[in-house]
Amino acid sequence: MIINGVSIDATFAEAFPMKATRAIITAQNEKWAMISAQAMTGFATSVIACGCEGAIERVLDPSETPDGRPGVAIMIFAMGGKGLAKQLETRAGQCVLTSPTSALFSGIDGGIRTPLGKNLRYFGDGFQISKQISGKRYWRIPVMDGEFLTEATTGQVDAIGGGNFLVLAESQPQALAACEAAIDEMRKIPNVIMPFPGGVVRSGSKVGSKYKTLGASTNDAFCPTLKGMTKTDLSPEIESVMEIVIDGLTKEDIDKAMRVGIQAVCDLGAKNGIKRISAGNYGGKLGPFHFHLQEIMA
Amino acid sequence: MSALTFTLKYKPAQRVDLSPLVCNQLAGLSLADIGVIPLQSGKLKLRVDDLFTIEGSDTQDIVINSSTDNLDFIGKELDGGRISVNGDAGAYLAFGLKAGEIKVSGNVGLYAACEMKKGYLEVSGNAGDFLGAALPGNKMGMKGGTILIKGNVGERVGDHMRRGNILIEGNAGDYCGSRMTAGTIAVMGQTGRYLGYAMRRGTLLLWNQPTLSASFNDCGAHTLAFLPILFASFKSLNSRFADASIAFNRVQRYAGDMSEMGRGEVLVKL
Repeated sequence: MIINGVSIDATFAEAFPMKATRAIITAQNEKWAMISAQAMTGFATSVIACGCEGAIERVLDPSETPDGRPGVAIMIFAMGGKGLAKQLETRAGQCVLTSPTSALFSGIDGGIRTPLGKNLRYFGDGFQISKQISGKRYWRIPVMDGEFLTEATTGQVDAIGGGNFLVLAESQPQALAACEAAIDEMRKIPNVIMPFPGGVVRSGSKVGSKYKTLGASTNDAFCPTLKGMTKTDLSPEIESVMEIVIDGLTKEDIDKAMRVGIQAVCDLGAKNGIKRISAGNYGGKLGPFHFHLQEIMA
Repeated sequence: MSALTFTLKYKPAQRVDLSPLVCNQLAGLSLADIGVIPLQSGKLKLRVDDLFTIEGSDTQDIVINSSTDNLDFIGKELDGGRISVNGDAGAYLAFGLKAGEIKVSGNVGLYAACEMKKGYLEVSGNAGDFLGAALPGNKMGMKGGTILIKGNVGERVGDHMRRGNILIEGNAGDYCGSRMTAGTIAVMGQTGRYLGYAMRRGTLLLWNQPTLSASFNDCGAHTLAFLPILFASFKSLNSRFADASIAFNRVQRYAGDMSEMGRGEVLVKL
């Protein structure tokens, strides 16, 4: 398959079941909601070492938030429910509770209820106040700038992590420009996040390493500087490869995000140095969800 | 199916206990079966068809027409369905209400929504003393749901209240929110003496400055984030509380009752 001179590999991205949740952070203005959201989703690029994968899903209009203030929706993914709950609580406590004028709300009504501000209430040292409004429990925790309002729980749902595609380009600036274009389009799709810095990862990994203590190491088959010294997957003209990783609530959400992302890359086309689109997998033996590039772009 | 309608034939001389006439107890009964249900009235037992003309068939939608202020226990422990009362209701309306809704077009007596658990009660007129309170000697009043009173209420509203909302468009009598454990009472009109007497926790939300006891301490003026969410939850009500223009989030906060636990609050619109 070739789109606008870009070759789409006959391969697939391999993804895994995860647990996910969404939270809504509001504040006096968008600037402070964003600061809090960025803090909460900081150091959350990969479950390999961060414990979770998280990112900002989108900015919310005041008409979309529970308290009518500017807000930001964030999503967090983890390999299990317990890990997710721990990450959510720790991050909410250190990054949202502490952030001036912030309030924190559930972003998923269904699913298994997992603590959001339920245990943060103890910070109130007995001065906290519970309010049950329309069947939802909120905690009002007195803090130095006034009151921190948080919903007690949020929904935890089954999700998918690890959808991905690789952009192979003739130069590093061209690869990055293509990924930026893809991320701009993918951020318009609901229910997905691209957890790496700016949505792009330049250090794609393979399973295993020559060093026993490491479970993952550099994906040497796609490293352009190793073309002459490893079993490379790159043709001579490829000088740079970048990856976009997608976590989403459903397979359809990830399908959609991959489609618009790959399309945006292909729109730049071969004349902008984009040569191939590929994807990372482990031979289909590890992850139950397979995203076939050519099927998605058909 | 038309609503199961009870039209009062005459005003009984004694008070009548109407607790058997709730949706969950009448489900599956024919009009003939319903007509022979005994109703306690003083020392007498009256048949339902002695007192009411019965029409309709939908036991989940009950209407009581020409109701008077000596018909007690209407909607007692109602567990789903709807009861509409055209006229006044006596004491213990919606006693222990578990689910469903009760609407009264007139006034209601003492202990309305006493120990209510969930559901919705709407009264277009006034309510008597001990609205949403606990029975004498009991420690738990209203535990959930919403009460809307479009008129005025008597004394001791929400006595021992634990959870839920009591919304009063008119005035509230003395001891409003007395011995409250939690929940919210909102009063658009004036409030009487001894507001929040011995309240432990909970919120009294007021549109007018009350006369407060010395055991309530001023915590200053604040903008509280939960108020817009609380007001938004009233949007579906047939009430002035649903009007967005009456909502506010800027309040003077008083904490009390300091002679008790002191975790309660009186929030007064600024």
